[in-house]
Amino acid sequence: MTDSTARKNGAARLAELLGQRVYAMVLDLGAIFTLFVQVVSWAVRPPSEIRNIVKQMEEVGVRSMPVVLVTATFTGMVLALQSYSGFQRFGATSFVGSVVALSITRELGPVFAGLMVSGRVGASMAAELGTMKVTEQIDALVTLATNPVKYLVVPRVVAATLVLPVLVVFADLLGIVGGYFVSVHLLGANPYVYIAKTYQYLEFKDIYTGLIKASVFGTLIALISCHHGFVAQGGAEGVGRATTRAVVASSMMVLISDYFMTSFMF
Amino acid sequence: MIAIRGLSKRFGKKVVLDGLDLTVPKGKNTVVIGGSGTGKSVLVKCAVGLLRPEAGEILIDGQDILRMDERELVRVRRRFGMLFQGSALFDSMDVGDNVAFALRRLKMHPEGHIREVVEEKLSMVGLRDIQRLMPAELSGGMKKRVGLARAIASEPDILLYDEPTTGLDPIMADVINDLIISLRETIGVTSITITHDMASAYKIADQIAMLYKGKIIEVGTPEEIRTTSNPVVAQFVQGRAHGPITDESEEFVRFVSR
Repeated sequence: MTDSTARKNGAARLAELLGQRVYAMVLDLGAIFTLFVQVVSWAVRPPSEIRNIVKQMEEVGVRSMPVVLVTATFTGMVLALQSYSGFQRFGATSFVGSVVALSITRELGPVFAGLMVSGRVGASMAAELGTMKVTEQIDALVTLATNPVKYLVVPRVVAATLVLPVLVVFADLLGIVGGYFVSVHLLGANPYVYIAKTYQYLEFKDIYTGLIKASVFGTLIALISCHHGFVAQGGAEGVGRATTRAVVASSMMVLISDYFMTSFMF
Repeated sequence: MIAIRGLSKRFGKKVVLDGLDLTVPKGKNTVVIGGSGTGKSVLVKCAVGLLRPEAGEILIDGQDILRMDERELVRVRRRFGMLFQGSALFDSMDVGDNVAFALRRLKMHPEGHIREVVEEKLSMVGLRDIQRLMPAELSGGMKKRVGLARAIASEPDILLYDEPTTGLDPIMADVINDLIISLRETIGVTSITITHDMASAYKIADQIAMLYKGKIIEVGTPEEIRTTSNPVVAQFVQGRAHGPITDESEEFVRFVSR
């Protein structure tokens, strides 16, 4: 092994490394898809995991609420500030309200909520399941007549899928309120015009597509994080690695899937 | 009775079990001894279906668990209880919920009775009034005993012990030995214990099997193993640094003959 790598030149080694990375990524994607299929098939079988689902909804939803709301408020505020100074150059400051509302509901609300939840919830899911894996608690579940996918993954995926749209409803609301506050109270926009413009160009479709995106983000974050937790090995270091991977992979998937969903929906 | 025939398991290129045969008689305690990393844990994990071997058969009362689908496997697994090396208690739950876990999942008792049943199981391992404690608050020996109470809670007829005395002080190790013996005598379970603690092996075993290089190289009563003529087994049970096991392994040769 060391002999053959020593003989290879830089380009071949680079290609080999790249190939290994791509191969590992394809394997991961396959495993995540398999996990998804298992989750769907276990979710519909009795007994129901309603108690665990509610517990996870609290963890994913209620506990993520502060961080998501603060992010959304400041996003709306900075958006108003930026678009006001930009639109001033061609005298279109009355459209700030529309821009804020459309950007928040269509993109920034769901994406920022998704990213914050990736960091907060993805990390905790991967770390929790990873620790359970390396301390044999997952094996123990199996010997106690319990399927780990049904008991651990189904509640997390279901809860994240249901709860993210709810988070985004509040994020949308506070983002728009943040934009309103900056425009009206700091930049001196007319509140009636601002509100009218906000409503004028905002369609129901803008809101519900954002919520569908949020739901898909929730599913992806939970699936990816649980997968990385499940395959963790090698003690504390392995759990740390699994957590990092879960956060990086789920944040990336939020952004990548966002592009494709946007291109299909609009 | 458990009969294991021709069991082979590899991880990547590393062959861990290589056509292993072992018969575990009903109601007896079979102790599997062997060095660290020789595949003892892999053997018991194959037996409960946590790992899938590449070849061989594992017959539980004549039924091969390797040919079963997931649904049948779940049913057979109910007959197993397992004590893990690090106890593997669920650290998000208190002791009572840990022990009650399988009882609740299998709905074996009405919810109102669970506390009583759990207290009874805990008393079987010599513990009481600790249901509200969290696993992090327990000592190593107590964790093992809670793990044992959890393993026997759903009344399995086969118990697997993965290094039950490792990491315990000699007195606590002997308490666990006595528990293993008393469980066999009172509820008549069939058990497989894997260990490298020879004092424990001699005390609890009805038969001892030595795992070496992926195969069982000798099976016998504790007395037969103690007085074995097989040099490999003799080196292991007497715990000598020099002998056929270390002579064959390069890293040991360098280390021992320095």
